[in-house]
Amino acid sequence: MAYLNISNVDVVFPSANGAFIALREVDLTIEKGEFISIIGHSGCGKSTVLNVVAGLLQATRGGVLLENKEVNSPGPDRAVVFQNHSLLPWLTVYENVRIAVDKVFGKSKSKAERHDWTVHNLHLVHMDHALDKLPGAISGGMKQRVGIARALAMQPKVLLMDEPFGALDALTRAHLQESVMEIQAALDNTVLMITHDVDEAVLLSDRIVMMTNGPAATVGEILKVELPRPRNRLELADDPTYNHYRAEVLRFLYERQRRPEAA
Amino acid sequence: MEGQTQAIAANTERQPPSSPPPPMPAPISPARQRTVAIVRAILLPSAVFLLVLAVWTLVHYQVTRDIPTPVEAWTQAVAVFSHPFYVTGPNDMGIGWQVLYSLGRVMAGFALAVVVGIPVGFLMGSSRAMHQAFYPLVQILRPVSPLAWLPIGLLVFQAKDPSAIFVIFVTSIWPVIVNTAAGVQAIPQDYLNVARVLQLGKLEVTRRILIPATLPHILTGMRLSLSVAWMVIVAAEMLTGGIGIGFYVWDEWNNLNVSSIIVAIGVIGLVGIVLESLMNLVQHHFDYSRR
Repeated sequence: MAYLNISNVDVVFPSANGAFIALREVDLTIEKGEFISIIGHSGCGKSTVLNVVAGLLQATRGGVLLENKEVNSPGPDRAVVFQNHSLLPWLTVYENVRIAVDKVFGKSKSKAERHDWTVHNLHLVHMDHALDKLPGAISGGMKQRVGIARALAMQPKVLLMDEPFGALDALTRAHLQESVMEIQAALDNTVLMITHDVDEAVLLSDRIVMMTNGPAATVGEILKVELPRPRNRLELADDPTYNHYRAEVLRFLYERQRRPEAA
Repeated sequence: MEGQTQAIAANTERQPPSSPPPPMPAPISPARQRTVAIVRAILLPSAVFLLVLAVWTLVHYQVTRDIPTPVEAWTQAVAVFSHPFYVTGPNDMGIGWQVLYSLGRVMAGFALAVVVGIPVGFLMGSSRAMHQAFYPLVQILRPVSPLAWLPIGLLVFQAKDPSAIFVIFVTSIWPVIVNTAAGVQAIPQDYLNVARVLQLGKLEVTRRILIPATLPHILTGMRLSLSVAWMVIVAAEMLTGGIGIGFYVWDEWNNLNVSSIIVAIGVIGLVGIVLESLMNLVQHHFDYSRR
């Protein structure tokens, strides 16, 4: 049995003109320590898959098993890095992570340990210089770093990232991707990331899950990315294997799954 | 490139010096800029105040001599403020006491409005059913003139003080309710998703998410509410009597002591400013978006 098992998931939303089928028979298995990206056009239900795994949304049919236990409500074992960081603006950088640490390790760690763990995770994302800043006083990229630190600090079984760098400029995004690879090399987390950025998917993932267009979206193809780690963005730019993977994904997105005209 | 520059230079040389080039503005030092800013901040409002004094004086000489001159009002102010806390009898006290008694009623009514208004606002904001249930009542009662409540208060409480406090309560509760409800409704779903992932309990969600997220709205509601309360108390006391700045105005009107009324108007305005700045301080302290 795989570590994370998404089996036969249908999601149907009730709407004014009858039921809207968002996902149909989504099947995906993920091994421990794998980095998986889900890519697809906007509106194809990528985030819906993530929300079902997070437990924020109930599957209409089918379900999700994590270590053979069914998932049907949210929990810190499936920490989410939200698209728009979702830091609580009245808490400082430190407090935003500490609230998660206190909740998850309130009983198992002492106060001093929880403090150290909070600072340690902020150090991982290079944000330990801004512990006492409010989110309003730091840049978008920094906020997303803190969001990642908050999720990492929960020591999740699966780290869920919902287009984590979608709202950032290209340079900041590249920096954050480096950080994620660095952390991934050190911690060997199981990660499920939603993205619409082809380069990001190839650079970061062990496997890329390409989704068909909605409604009734499902898994179209799965591409195994066999590039050695650590991966270097600059070296890969001229690497034929890298470019082959990139072309595969582009072909899927732009030939087989044309962007719907309406979108 | 070089030839071009020369050409331009030659061109300027050939032109007759008809008008000298505009002089570059001299760089202004920050200290000087600050002085200018301070002078403006004093001069401009002073000009408006002077204009008001001029109109006032004009009214005295051209319309009615019953309105005292600014000088007479000033003399009265000095007299009133030299013994603000005298007590010669239960109905004859200094202006300081009058203000304090009024503030006491305002604070009582305001506190009640906050204590009742915030929970009601929370209910209305967090539940569709509650919103549907309360909304029409709020909409009907909100525009009612405060003093229309006074007879009801007098009948129910059979006493002046509770009636005045009731009037304050019933007028200042609406901004609290409406702003709290709007604040709760404006909480981004993301914050609640964070709470769900962290598995925060109901109490924790309220304490760590709902209250801090709504606090800016609540404080705005409270500020509006307090300034309404202070406006209403003067009117209410004119009708109920007793000790208080509103009744003081009424009393001096009966004595035809117009100078005192003008002094009282000034005092009411100043106390209003003080209340407003206190609320600003509170907002500054508790509202994350203003820190």
